[in-house]
Amino acid sequence: MTVTFPQKGLPWLLLLPQLLVTAIFFLWPAEQALEQAFYQEDAFGLSREFIGLENFADLFTDPLYYQSMLTTLVFSFSVAIVGMSLALLLAVMADRIIRGKLAYQTLLIWPYAVAPALAGVLWWILFDPSMGPIALWLKSAGINWNHYLDGNQAMILVVIASTWKQISYNFLFFLAGLQAVPRSLIEAAAIDGASPFKRFWTIVFPLLSPTTFFLLVVNLVYAFFETFGVIDATTKGGPGQSTTTLVYKVFDDGFVGLDLGGSAAQSVVLMAIVGLMTVIQFRFIERKVQYS
Amino acid sequence: MIENRPWLTFASHATLLTGIALVALPVWMALVASTHPASAFGVGHIPLWFGDAGAETWGTVLFEKAGNGVDTPVWFMMLNSLIMALGITFGKIAISLLSAYAIVFFRFPFRNLCFWIIFMTLMLPVEVRIVPTYEVVANLDLLNSYTGLTLPLIASATATFLFRQCFLSIPGELVEAARIDGAGPWRFFFDILLPLSRTNIAALFVILFIYGWNQYLWPLLITTDDAYYTLVMSIKRMLSVTDGDIAWNQIMATTLLAMLPPVAVVIGMQKLFVKGLVDSEK
Repeated sequence: MTVTFPQKGLPWLLLLPQLLVTAIFFLWPAEQALEQAFYQEDAFGLSREFIGLENFADLFTDPLYYQSMLTTLVFSFSVAIVGMSLALLLAVMADRIIRGKLAYQTLLIWPYAVAPALAGVLWWILFDPSMGPIALWLKSAGINWNHYLDGNQAMILVVIASTWKQISYNFLFFLAGLQAVPRSLIEAAAIDGASPFKRFWTIVFPLLSPTTFFLLVVNLVYAFFETFGVIDATTKGGPGQSTTTLVYKVFDDGFVGLDLGGSAAQSVVLMAIVGLMTVIQFRFIERKVQYS
Repeated sequence: MIENRPWLTFASHATLLTGIALVALPVWMALVASTHPASAFGVGHIPLWFGDAGAETWGTVLFEKAGNGVDTPVWFMMLNSLIMALGITFGKIAISLLSAYAIVFFRFPFRNLCFWIIFMTLMLPVEVRIVPTYEVVANLDLLNSYTGLTLPLIASATATFLFRQCFLSIPGELVEAARIDGAGPWRFFFDILLPLSRTNIAALFVILFIYGWNQYLWPLLITTDDAYYTLVMSIKRMLSVTDGDIAWNQIMATTLLAMLPPVAVVIGMQKLFVKGLVDSEK
């Protein structure tokens, strides 16, 4: 138990800035979204009409919304799985070597600092159908690359750009996890004649599972919310709706489509999803403490 | 090293080097592209080796105008980005330190409720409630202002938790000793708590600076006046010109300049960066 100070008014003064910012810029808008979700407003904001659950009913009968859910799932799991596999491979290699570890780490982690929108632009130029070197190379190999027209290719482009940025993060956490695996276990297995490959799959990988699960959640959250910039700078959700994730759709319907009620209803659904993910993340943190 | 397997060591280095090359590939291409005149980018053609227009392109975007419909020079937008990033960083650290201090070292009614209100901000990222937040900021007349760029983003549950963890680990004897010596709450905060949390603050500073500098959607929505354009969001404005007219050399130079400061921070303060990353995920 911490020793405390007796003042009664001071703690409120200390909390005031944080509580004010939270109330004005977080709780008030959230409440507005909740309210707006039950109204239909014209595009100029002049009049609005209470329509009950109609916005939600529209949302859940809209095939485009389900398509966007599917897009989000495909996108998020692709980013998480591709990014984590590559990072794990690199981390295992970096864990093996003795000299130059820090240099390798430095050269692998800097993309963390690149803004998602910029990551999108950098990969866009490589894959630009008319002049991008990778697109031209693919064309000469018989693959007609045009992410302006082909929805799957647009998806691949945003997955690559988003993964590229996230590899650094996964790499650092996997490397830390690998370094925490007791050497004695691995040595014992080596003495018993297990090959490096077998040692990895039967000892190291299972012991890494808390890290892996933690990274899976973090990566899904990242792909859900922080990749807005990648999508907005490269595909703008297109072609068609092929790269419109749920978060992009809230923005697109609200600011471009001016369907404020529909956008608010989507906000409410998303808030529920984030709430759920936060709970999962925190319950897991409790478990992680028990593991170690 | 358990046993000596030279070919495996060789394979490790080879894999890592391939990884590094792939990770660096887009930046290499951007660097090359920025050294060519805009006319070098055409159908079926992109230069693969450095040209000689580099100094000109970089000089133009830095000091004259970024081009592609953005008439502001990059150095000016860099200044805006810096103001926004530092405003967000210092704001978040300051209000989180204060609220963690209140929650750990004082007992008052509704203490847990306050903690939960702060916790809720974790569940409400800007991207999720973008339209109503924009409306609130518009109602408060904060569009096109530095206050509008920073203030709505400075509430931070993560930073508050981090400082709470850090304060909880401070032994009670220290507080008692300070009180016996006659130190009031402010004296204790500035003379004991702040010096003890120095490393934590520095680590968080690195992470938050990157977060602040890389803000994209928020400045994009609330700045229409180019006096408040930040560097990262200006890329979107630059890409909005019609397809054939995009001057890729200028876009690439601007992109590289926009990523330079946060990348320099990560590489220059690698230890603090890694610590901040690990701490803020607890």
